[in-house]
Amino acid sequence: MNPPVEIGLTHYLSLGAVMFVCGAVCMATKRNAIGILMGVELVLNGANINFVAFAAFNPAFDIEGQVFALFVIVLAAAEAAVALAIVLNFYNNHMTVDVDTAEELKG
Amino acid sequence: MMEFQAFLFYFVAILTGLCAIAVVVTQNIVRSAAWLMFALAGTSVIFFLLGADFVAATQLIVYVGGTLVLVVFGVMLTAQGPFISMKTGAVEWAMSTLVGLLLVGVLIGTIVRDPTWKDLPKPKPTEANQSFNSVALGESLLGVEEATPEARLTGTFDPRTAPRRTRMAYLLPFEIVSVHLLVVLIGAAYLARAKRRRGATP
Amino acid sequence: MPPLGLIIAVVSVVALLTFVAASAVFLIWVERKVAGRIQDRLGPTRVGGKFGWLQTIADGMKLLVKEDIIPGSADQFLFRLGPYIAFCGAFVAFIALPFGNGVVALDMNIAIFFMLAVMSTEVFGIIMAGYGSGSKWSLFGGMREAAQMVSYEVPMAICVLVPVIVAGSMNLSEIARAQTGWIYQWYLFRDPFTFCAFWTYFCCATASCKRAPFDLAEAESELVAGFHTEYSGLRWSFFFMGEYGAMFAVSGIAVHLFLGGWNLGLVPFELSDQFAKWMGTASEPSMVGFVIGNAINVIVFITKGMLLVFVMIWIRWTLPRLRIDQVMMTCLKYLLPISCVLLLGVSFWHLAMPSFVLQGLRYVLATVCVLWFLWTVRQVLTAKGTPLSQGMPAWWKEAEAPGYGSLTRT
Repeated sequence: MNPPVEIGLTHYLSLGAVMFVCGAVCMATKRNAIGILMGVELVLNGANINFVAFAAFNPAFDIEGQVFALFVIVLAAAEAAVALAIVLNFYNNHMTVDVDTAEELKG
Repeated sequence: MMEFQAFLFYFVAILTGLCAIAVVVTQNIVRSAAWLMFALAGTSVIFFLLGADFVAATQLIVYVGGTLVLVVFGVMLTAQGPFISMKTGAVEWAMSTLVGLLLVGVLIGTIVRDPTWKDLPKPKPTEANQSFNSVALGESLLGVEEATPEARLTGTFDPRTAPRRTRMAYLLPFEIVSVHLLVVLIGAAYLARAKRRRGATP
Repeated sequence: MPPLGLIIAVVSVVALLTFVAASAVFLIWVERKVAGRIQDRLGPTRVGGKFGWLQTIADGMKLLVKEDIIPGSADQFLFRLGPYIAFCGAFVAFIALPFGNGVVALDMNIAIFFMLAVMSTEVFGIIMAGYGSGSKWSLFGGMREAAQMVSYEVPMAICVLVPVIVAGSMNLSEIARAQTGWIYQWYLFRDPFTFCAFWTYFCCATASCKRAPFDLAEAESELVAGFHTEYSGLRWSFFFMGEYGAMFAVSGIAVHLFLGGWNLGLVPFELSDQFAKWMGTASEPSMVGFVIGNAINVIVFITKGMLLVFVMIWIRWTLPRLRIDQVMMTCLKYLLPISCVLLLGVSFWHLAMPSFVLQGLRYVLATVCVLWFLWTVRQVLTAKGTPLSQGMPAWWKEAEAPGYGSLTRT
């Protein structure tokens, strides 16, 4: 079977979906807090691919998509900084970054 | 030329997807950070292919050069053994793989079956909209009026009506994001600072 | 038949690879020669007849046939990958770097941003090498590198913004074209803020290439050789290709942003356009003239870039290394506020000052700098000293004289 030569929006959206699901599974399976952070980054990247693909294919959204993607990138950086600070704090208190040990608030 | 573009897309997209899967599968956290770097760099190449140069370069400088370095830094600060890995149980693996496959099936099924974006026009060639992109992007962030076209938030572009320009711009979100970044800077520095616990014995 | 764009892409990539490799070979020789002279020795002299000019090629041959060692405790995957990523980061930046009027692999609209972005990925290769080596020295080197690079990128990018604001463009070719003409048109002399921005940028650029006095990642007096302690052979040489490539890339950015790009500064016009006009007719510019003018442009650009790299080498062998806390303090307490002030100042300066002050200051700055440069060159050329051809300086002879070291000998 020959792959279709024309690259359409569908292809980009599929790539975005794959990255999104990879990120979601990563968040579910990793026990390392930093691994979960990586999963979040993957999810945001999948969303970003969708934003930019819509921006490129739909002339009515050509600025919006890119502006949203920029905001997502910047906010992801902020989120990573705060999350890492929390992880470091957690490590200082528990000497591990295994999220399963964070159960002090369990009722 | 179109064939070459298609080849390039398939090449980069498949590599990016494989790297994203490798991030999940790898047990060693630094290795999976390396795979994540490739996935993010591949995403930025995808952005270049889509003609969004500015977003692609931002992706590289912020994600790969900044965030990811920070993440690896965090890994090194919290590592106990030389190469740390935390195992996940087989049942958890099976469950999440199943759910993941279902999710990707649903998503791709929706994408392929939905007819709304089947008849979208092809993207403009990169050379033509390249200069337009970053200038218009800057204008819309600066709050220059008429920088951004009007669009309905649902539905797709109607080729019969040319996009009209409206008074929509992104100065306020831009400012909010910059204040937010400042708050994050201070907050992260406060959270991560070395605390000396009173009476704590090592 | 492959499409034309593909052929152009392959040709430019091959040309750039050749340039990066050849300039690395040349610069390593220069580094050894300059180091030798600064430390009062000769540097390489034998290989290739005079001046040891084949030394680097001989070294390269040696590295090629050396055993490729991977330590047993290393993480093989990361260890193998590190050098290539470090090299890629430096090399890909050259795609957007113009060498002359239109002599550029890809004339990007956001060229300067792209170059900074790509060069910021270089650090990841070094972290991977440092972590993957499985050695504490390498790990320390990688950690220091990560902290240093992430910090120094910020003032560097802000300094880059200063001329970008002045030119109103992130396209390096356009920034260079805006500086066409006499030497006072260079952004270095435009106003006090761009003048200071150049020195701040150069400082940050030196740090981001991890050159001394900021070479904490490979501080050989503390960390054996830092992140490349465990490397040998070809992989090791890739780190050095990357380092010298990055040095030329940041110098090229500095040349474009502050030092007039490919413009000579001694003629009031752009060489390639003017030659094309002279050798052709008014309606049809001559292609030959354009090529000749551009050849001069490329030579001028490469000479300027190499001069800046020479200054980096000179600094490395003159200044002692800083401590890591001093490196971070220099960045966060001094360079970052300075660059922010420069960014604000350059935005307000031209609104606040009357035009005769602006023009006058520009001429004064340019004249003073050129005169100072010429005076320095004259001082260097007429410096008194014993030429090496006349044998050792006097104090060496004294040391060799009998009885001078007799206490230690007996």
